[in-house]
Amino acid sequence: MLKLEARPHASAYWSYLSPILAVVLTLITGAILFSSLGEDPLEALYIFFISPVSDWYGISELLVKCIPILLCAYGLSLCYRASVWNIGAEGQLLMGGLIASTMALQFVDSESLWAMPLTMIMGIVGGAAWAGIAAFLKLKMNTNEILVTIMMNYIALNLLVWAVHGPLKDPHGFNFPESALFAESTLLPVLFEGTRLHLGLVFVLLALAVIWVFISKTFLGFQIQVLGLDKSAAKMAGFSQTKLAALVLVVCGGLAGIAGAIEVAGPIGQLVPVISPGYGYAAIIVAFLGRLHPLGITLAGLLMALIYMGGEMAQISLALPSAITGIFQGLILFYLLSCDVLIRYRLRFKSAGLKAVKPIISTQAEGQ
Amino acid sequence: MDMDLITNILYAAIRTGTPLLLVALGEMICEKSGVLNLGQEGMMLLGAVAGFIAVYHTDSFMLGFVIAALSGVLASLIFAFVALNFNATQVATGLALTIFGTGLSAFIGSDYEGKTITALPTIGFETLAGIPLIGKALFAQDAIVYFSWIMVIACYLFFRHHRAGLAVRASGENPDVGSNLGLPVMRIRYCAVMFGGAMAGLAGGYLSIAYTPLWTEGMTAGKGWIALALVVFASWRVERVMLGAYLFGFASIMHLFAQGLGISVSSNLLAILPYAATLLVLIMLSKNSEKLKLFEPMALGKPWHKTK
Repeated sequence: MLKLEARPHASAYWSYLSPILAVVLTLITGAILFSSLGEDPLEALYIFFISPVSDWYGISELLVKCIPILLCAYGLSLCYRASVWNIGAEGQLLMGGLIASTMALQFVDSESLWAMPLTMIMGIVGGAAWAGIAAFLKLKMNTNEILVTIMMNYIALNLLVWAVHGPLKDPHGFNFPESALFAESTLLPVLFEGTRLHLGLVFVLLALAVIWVFISKTFLGFQIQVLGLDKSAAKMAGFSQTKLAALVLVVCGGLAGIAGAIEVAGPIGQLVPVISPGYGYAAIIVAFLGRLHPLGITLAGLLMALIYMGGEMAQISLALPSAITGIFQGLILFYLLSCDVLIRYRLRFKSAGLKAVKPIISTQAEGQ
Repeated sequence: MDMDLITNILYAAIRTGTPLLLVALGEMICEKSGVLNLGQEGMMLLGAVAGFIAVYHTDSFMLGFVIAALSGVLASLIFAFVALNFNATQVATGLALTIFGTGLSAFIGSDYEGKTITALPTIGFETLAGIPLIGKALFAQDAIVYFSWIMVIACYLFFRHHRAGLAVRASGENPDVGSNLGLPVMRIRYCAVMFGGAMAGLAGGYLSIAYTPLWTEGMTAGKGWIALALVVFASWRVERVMLGAYLFGFASIMHLFAQGLGISVSSNLLAILPYAATLLVLIMLSKNSEKLKLFEPMALGKPWHKTK
């Protein structure tokens, strides 16, 4: 029988290997899933994971997809580092998109240079304000942030749907639930001719650099790390837990908000009822898979974008529902959490003959 | 405001509250044993799609509900394996289950999207159902509503008068002590998680077979999450879970009320009500969070495994 044996120290080695093992296991499960659906597993995996990025256009599309995911995931990683369970990136993204759209619609017939920057800023404000409500409720009222942020996701979604059916609906749009098309001056400029890759990529690279420096080089980033690792140590050192938690929530909201603004003023170009296929939820997986490190998150975000594209490709080429993306997302997180057991425990095969041997360290590893 | 409207609102509030009641009861027992399963939404969706497909092909309601509950149990076993055997963070594992269940249910149900079936019939007790105001709400419901009442009584008695109820509570309050006293904590937690899965699956089945007899992707619309808030609201007590579920059911059908009064508000805005109500409840509860801590199972959400 398999038995878990606590390691004396958490294994750094396995904390890097675990995400890789999780991805490999997901691929194996994917192959089994495809063959049970009557597809050739290798060919299906090729269609899912390789064919979407087999040309430059595909790679540019991959980058377009990973932009909102990465912005949300960088923000979420800050929250999770501080042990703040923010599940609300999706709602913050939607709110950012909604508020940005209200601004963008002021510039429908304008060529103002301010149109795009103001739209982006309103996206940040919308997302940060939405997260700010959650921060206020957590810190002043001591409510559970998981449930609060989830509820706010649903509220944001319904607000967006209401706005697009009501006040923001295009008056000349034949009653379709869509806003007017944004003006050229509002849209994010495309970086490379012939692709949809837009300025949002620059925002992602900026965010990557800033978050990396913030976490590893600044005192505030250090405080957040201490808070996440050991609450009582943070308290002893006099770090304000409430201020730090509010900070990470609002920063995450701002990042998710600009992701929403980027989506409406980038690939979509107007406000529609569905502006995100669950990017905010996918970003949770990305943050964990990337070990909360900016670089790891970037790699995981690219993989997640690929899973989204693979789902679309499976729908086109294999006539499978694109919801297969969600299955892969869930699997990857399950496997990651399972593999993470190897960071703190060794797997031992218990046999009758070795029963007398006592493990050296048998204390229970500290839970969270 | 006429009598008929009130009668119908009571009737609808109970029907709307029933899936919440079922999930929340399951989750409550799960939490009592010390396990926080945030995967309710995913298990509900799997139950909804599996139950719907079963009824669609066989026309057997019984089979539909059994399959719905079983698929909830199967899904909960994945959670139990990762969270209990591998000691993974329960919050993240539950989230994984919700994401996985949402994806898998949409995948399985893609050929059935938007299809409908005949709804589960109601069972009326003729003379009793004629009682003004409450008759229809109490005596003209369908079998699952009656079943949910039986479950409420069963859960109440289980915790009040049964040794096993005590064992569940012990493993949620202090698994080390429970284990030292010889309780099979792991097995108890497994059973509690599976019970939660069965109830969530059944609740999902109720949505797709009885409440709105059709399947659409993501049709639970956050009910699994609302149920989690409901358990906290009920401070882990059976009778208050029931009360809370019906209050939320009422909040969810406020638009009927508004229509009856001749108020016209956008249905998209009214759809916010149950979530806003949940938020409000969470805020109100947090005012005496110290007191709430007394009711919360002490080992809730903490990974545990037997050390000796």
